[in-house]
Formats: sequence, C-alpha cells, structure tokens
Amino acid sequence: MTPALSIRDLGIRMGGRQILHGVSAEIHEGEFIGIFGPNGAGKTTLLRALLGLCPISCGELLVFGKSPGKANHSIGYMPQRGDSIEGTALSARSLVSAVRRGESWGIPWPSSASRNDVALALELAGASSYADRPFSVLSPGEKTRVMLAQSLIDKPRLVVLDEPLASLDPKNQMLLVEHIEKLRKETGTTVLFIAHDINPLLGVMDRVLFIAGGGAALGTVDEVITAPSLTRLYGMEMDVIKTDKHVFIVSSESNVTEAACHA
Amino acid sequence: MLDQLLSNFSYDFVRNAFFAGSIAAILGAVVGYFVIIRNVGFAAHALAHIGFTGATGAALFGLSSLQGMLLISCVAGALMGVSGNKLHRSELAVGMVLSFALGVGTLFLALYKGFAGQATSILFGNIFGVSHSQIVATLVLAILSLVALALFSKRLLFASLLPELAESRGISLTGLSSAFMVILGIAVTLASQVVGILLVFTLVIGPAGIAARFCRGFWSSILISILIGLFSVWTGILLACVTNWPPSFWITAIIFTLYLIGETLARYVFRLER
Repeated sequence: MTPALSIRDLGIRMGGRQILHGVSAEIHEGEFIGIFGPNGAGKTTLLRALLGLCPISCGELLVFGKSPGKANHSIGYMPQRGDSIEGTALSARSLVSAVRRGESWGIPWPSSASRNDVALALELAGASSYADRPFSVLSPGEKTRVMLAQSLIDKPRLVVLDEPLASLDPKNQMLLVEHIEKLRKETGTTVLFIAHDINPLLGVMDRVLFIAGGGAALGTVDEVITAPSLTRLYGMEMDVIKTDKHVFIVSSESNVTEAACHA
Repeated sequence: MLDQLLSNFSYDFVRNAFFAGSIAAILGAVVGYFVIIRNVGFAAHALAHIGFTGATGAALFGLSSLQGMLLISCVAGALMGVSGNKLHRSELAVGMVLSFALGVGTLFLALYKGFAGQATSILFGNIFGVSHSQIVATLVLAILSLVALALFSKRLLFASLLPELAESRGISLTGLSSAFMVILGIAVTLASQVVGILLVFTLVIGPAGIAARFCRGFWSSILISILIGLFSVWTGILLACVTNWPPSFWITAIIFTLYLIGETLARYVFRLER
C-alpha cells in the first residue's frame, strides 16, 4: 500500500536560511501522528511543503505517492487562524459551505448535495448546534470545531491540523482530541496533528514526529521522547521527565522547560 | 403627493438618473460585499479617488471623463492586485499612491484651464447630468463586470474567507485579486458618476457593509445589499427632486441613517461585537 506520506532526505531552504535538512519519515494511511517541536523549528513549513505551498530544495516528498500539491483534493487542511470575517454576521455554515469545492468556477450557489455535505461535516465536527450563528461571535472552542468541519468537507484521506489546541482551555483541548480520535476511527483518515504540548495527545497518537534543530525524528513516544534522541535533535543536553500521565522536556543546562512540552 | 412625485418621471433627466443610479447601486452592492469580506475598503476608496486624475487627464488628452476614470481605475486596480495582498491592504502604500495620483490630477487640472466647473461634478457627482449614451455605457460595463464576477465568484468567496486554504487548493491569490480589483475599478467609476468620486464609499461599501453586519448567508447578504443600494438611490433622487437639494447629499444621508440603525441592531440586538 502506498504510504500516506513518504519523506526521504528532505531539505527546505527559505529566504537563504536552511529550515529543514535530512528529514526522512514514512507515515502509513490511518495513522495519528503528533508533530511537536519548538517554535520556528519548521512544523508549519513542513505542512506547507506537503501542500505544495513551499518548494523543497532537495530530497523527496510524496503524498499518497504523488508530488506535493498534486494530491491536495484528498487533504483537509486546518490553518492556524481563521478569523478573517470578524465584524460580519456570516454564519459558520456559510463559511464551511464556501470551502466545499471552493476551487471551482462559477457562482457559489449551494446545491442540495452541497448542503448535505456541509451539514454532515458540521455534524462530524460536532458543530451542528451553533452552525447558523455568526462565526465571529462563537467561542474559541466553537470556532475550532467549525474550522475542523471545514477541513472534513471534501472527505479527505489526510487531515492536517496546525495547532488546533492553541487558544482552547484544557477541557476543550481534551474534548477536541477525543473527538478527532473518534473521527479517525470512524473514517480511517490519516491525521497529522501539530501541537505545542505533547501531553493532551499522549493516549491517542500512534507515533510522534519531533522537529528541532533542522532535523526530525519519527517514532513512538517511548522511542523519540527520550533524553538521548532529543539531545541529538536539539544539539544540546536535554532531559525527559516522565510521570504516570505526563511527559516534560527540559534543558539540562538551563533549567528551562521546553516550550513544546509545557503542561 | 404621489402624483407630484411621479410627475418627476416625465423628465428625461430624472429617468436617466434612475437608470444610471440603479445600475451603479446593483453593481456596487455586489462588488461591495466582496470588498467587505476581503477587507480592502481603503483600497476601494483610493481607486475612486485615483479616478479623479483619470478624469482631469482625460480632458487634457481629448477623452471623455468616463473613459479616463475607467482607464486609470482599472489599471490602478490591476496593479494593486498584482502587488500582492499585503501591499494593497497596507494603508501606507495605498495612501502614498493615492496622494501622488491626486497630485498629478491637480497638475492636469492646472494645465487644462476651464475644467474647474466640471471638476466639482466629478468630485460630488452629477447624476441629473447623465446622458443617454452614458447610460448605455454604464449598462454594458455593469453587465460585463457582473458576468465576469459570476465566472469566478465561488473561488473569490473561498479565497476571501480563507486565503491560506484557497492557496493550498491551487488557487492563485494574485490572479484572483487582480481580476477582482479591475472589476472594483469599474464599479467605483460607475458609482462615482452617481454620487461623485468623494462619496463613492457610500454606494460601493455602504450597502454591503450594512448588510454584512446582520446577514448570515452569502446570498442573503448580496440581496439585502442590493435592496439597500436601490432604496437609497431611488429615495435620494426623489427627495432631491422635491427639495432641490443635491441627490448626493440625500443618498449619503439615507445610507448613513441605515448604517446607524444597522449598527445599533448589530450591537444591541444581535450582539455582534466589533
């Protein structure tokens, strides 16, 4: 079976700066992958590269066996922010419906098929009950659900979520993660989930892709989130503290808890 | 009273004003909704003002002022679109281009003596002076713009709401925004024939802005926006006939009143925070 994502010796340069180098990873269809790493390490850059939005300078990157950008109709993408319509009363439903086949020509006339798809996506994301309220007045948690619905609209085989937990309180973080896990079980979609903190995803991830210092390591939490492996990635001495339910990454040199893993 | 109002329609110039005003209101309302959701209000305003240079320059080069305005607004629109999303949303960049363009317009005005009277009607509108041939031109331009917009409005809506996502589906944001800005150039030119360059905001952004504050769907927003535009233009022209005050005053006054009502409703009834 073709892997959902196959990365071999990938390098990305942007504006004269080497963002990523020598990244290799193979992600199978149906996997739940948590992507972590410090700010600016290249998590979003990697996502943009697999959508074909950012050129790769060397190596190979294949999405469902196709080059980046060629498989975008099977990718649902949830960008970091979606607040372009503050101040208007446009409803969540209208927003999601604008995304459905949004790249087609002609006028945005909602067919009955389109209305069904939109209703289904909103229901899958658990956003049906406030779908007709203006998007701009929804709470951060509700907005996140609507953005999730939007990423599910064209029945994607791969869902790419860029920090969906940002701006959510712990309870909503938990609910969202549980919900996405349920969705993955029901639909068999591959999930790439960028997050700041590893802990909310501990129970649901199949594997972790940790990006730091321009490189990346892919493996289970026990393989990747270890002092030797992170020390190699960061290029500085790192410690991992594990409790029953939590994982913390700290720099052994400076007593600073790594931002990627604060609780 | 009604007879008196209707008797105004026996005048050619009143009928012409109604036609030209209605066409400009419809196009302005539709294009304006995209201006609102794309957040390019200042660029729209600037495009209209840049039209002043086109109008004064046209006199110098033997073109009609409509041709001059259309030409410069479309070219400026296309350039704004090509220059990218960041630049034409930048108040500084738009403001610099705008003030320079107006400066050139002043030069044209000085070079072509005797144009000052016409300048007032360009700035503040002269809807009762619209000729039959101008109406035909207005109608053709409006239909062309609406047909062109219809061809890519689904893409435009998507790209306006979620640009990053649209880009990931292979939509060229620059191409789309250039095409839209050219249509916006046409819309502001037509609207400036009705209310004048300085007051274009009222027809191109006003109705759509009011509608967007409380309509939850795309089509309902467009429809309400058109209705607000038509209502204000029609009422404004009739009140101008009755009072002998300028129609531009009445149209802006009506839209401002509707804005105040809409804003009050949005804030205190629908609880839409700014």
